[in-house]
Amino acid sequence: MAVKLPVYMDNHATTPVDPRVLEAMLPYFTNQFGNAASRNHSFGWQAEQGVDTAREQVAALINATPKEIIFTSGATESDNLAIKGVAEMYREQGNHIITAVTEHKAVLDTCKRLEKHGCQVTYLPVSKEGLIDLDELRATITDKTVLITIMYANNEIGVLQPIEEIGKIAKEKKVLFHTDAVQAAGKVPFDVQKMNVDLASISAHKMYGPKGVGALYVRRRNPRVQLSAIIDGGGHERGMRSGTLNVPGIVGFGAACEVAQKEMPAEMERLRGLRDRLHQGITSRLDEIYPNGSMEHRLPHNLNVSFAYVEGESLLMGINDIAVSSGSACTSASLEPSYVLKALGVGEDLAHTSIRFGLGRFNTEEEVDYVVDRLAETVSRLRELSPLYEMAKEGVDVSAMQWNTD
Amino acid sequence: MAYSDKVLDHYKNPRNVGSLAKDDPNVGTGLVGAPECGDVMKLQMKINPETEVIEDAKFKTFGCGSAIASSSLATEWIKGKTLEEALTIKNTEIVKELNLPPVKIHCSVLAEDAIKAAIADYKGKQSVSTTAGATAASATAD
Repeated sequence: MAVKLPVYMDNHATTPVDPRVLEAMLPYFTNQFGNAASRNHSFGWQAEQGVDTAREQVAALINATPKEIIFTSGATESDNLAIKGVAEMYREQGNHIITAVTEHKAVLDTCKRLEKHGCQVTYLPVSKEGLIDLDELRATITDKTVLITIMYANNEIGVLQPIEEIGKIAKEKKVLFHTDAVQAAGKVPFDVQKMNVDLASISAHKMYGPKGVGALYVRRRNPRVQLSAIIDGGGHERGMRSGTLNVPGIVGFGAACEVAQKEMPAEMERLRGLRDRLHQGITSRLDEIYPNGSMEHRLPHNLNVSFAYVEGESLLMGINDIAVSSGSACTSASLEPSYVLKALGVGEDLAHTSIRFGLGRFNTEEEVDYVVDRLAETVSRLRELSPLYEMAKEGVDVSAMQWNTD
Repeated sequence: MAYSDKVLDHYKNPRNVGSLAKDDPNVGTGLVGAPECGDVMKLQMKINPETEVIEDAKFKTFGCGSAIASSSLATEWIKGKTLEEALTIKNTEIVKELNLPPVKIHCSVLAEDAIKAAIADYKGKQSVSTTAGATAASATAD
């Protein structure tokens, strides 16, 4: 079977809307267009019914109750609401927040802003596997600590943090625990009860739902988490997030959660098979391939590897019928490669050669084989062009050389 | 981001890829950039010591498409030029020819640096061999 081009393998960036999700959404754009907050006519009731169902579907995916789901515009807003909301609400109890250096910018930049407003933030380092150290986390907690915010799965390297253990520590120390679960929810099991998570950010468009919708899980019992709102207005979503609900988006989010939950066990195995096929295909055809981050504690659909001596952007140019991401930042003015890879201790030379593959629901084995072929041929061609590869083959230790980096 | 047709052409069909014998006294080698910065260019030229004309040029580049194109173009431009002429090539001319966007200007700067470094390397070798030659000549005269 011929592969349809271009091949999309950037499912950590976003995913297409599943046709089943779209079908569920469509009536809410036209006939059932009501405002879910209109309490006195059928248009409003229909919209409210759609939102209620979606709230149940989202809650079911993460083992929460519907009342604990606050709909937002996306995970960036959810992260902001969780972190700023807790910092403000619990100000009297303390001003210390713990996070990690490999967090998404939605978390890191929110923490940085809070630092300007008197908060103390600890950024935990990670091992070369990409994991935080639990003893270090424990030792970092003080009586001023109000929040731990550690992501479940990393968006670049797919590494899964030990959420359940972090939850245990947080509960024991009576500190709230927020996790950015955007890349994990709907992909791998996520149970807010079992994992002792107090707040969790999730997003629809990473799990075959529409863009512009997300949710924040806010625990209501044991403990009851309170938040200061960051958007004020009509008091929607239990006063935590005012604004007319995006009914079609929320309905789609619910449908996406239901499909993801139902298909997760089989889909995890299928994607793991495809990812391993991709990884083995690459390593069997090319030398000097270095995976970034733990291969054990990792999303089944993520692969992030460095193709030594081949700069990432030039590689992307050579495989322009394949959509993937590069950890190189040749386009940015700063020329800084991925801060996540840097935090793992990956040298900047190798960080510039990294590619992130995010497999998804619609990828096939044929596509994986096509990608392996294209990579093997392009990397080989670019290595013929690479002075570094030539030097390495001559036995020169490129990383030990003195380079003029002015 | 979109690449100009000329960048794409040089990327797909790079001119003068390869290496010259770096120990040849008539070969100048310029190695500029750094792996940490995501760009390393090696530009080599073979010079006729009588005429100072660049008779051959080769390059290898680790870097983005614009870096590859800039160095490929540089080898095309310097071939057949005298060292003096080659030294007048400005990065802005490369930017213009390849239609590089502002974020890629450093690629053209690197190509200009590579030409200059290769010429400096050649001249360094020549002065050493001239001295060596002079010594040899005086030795013969004795």
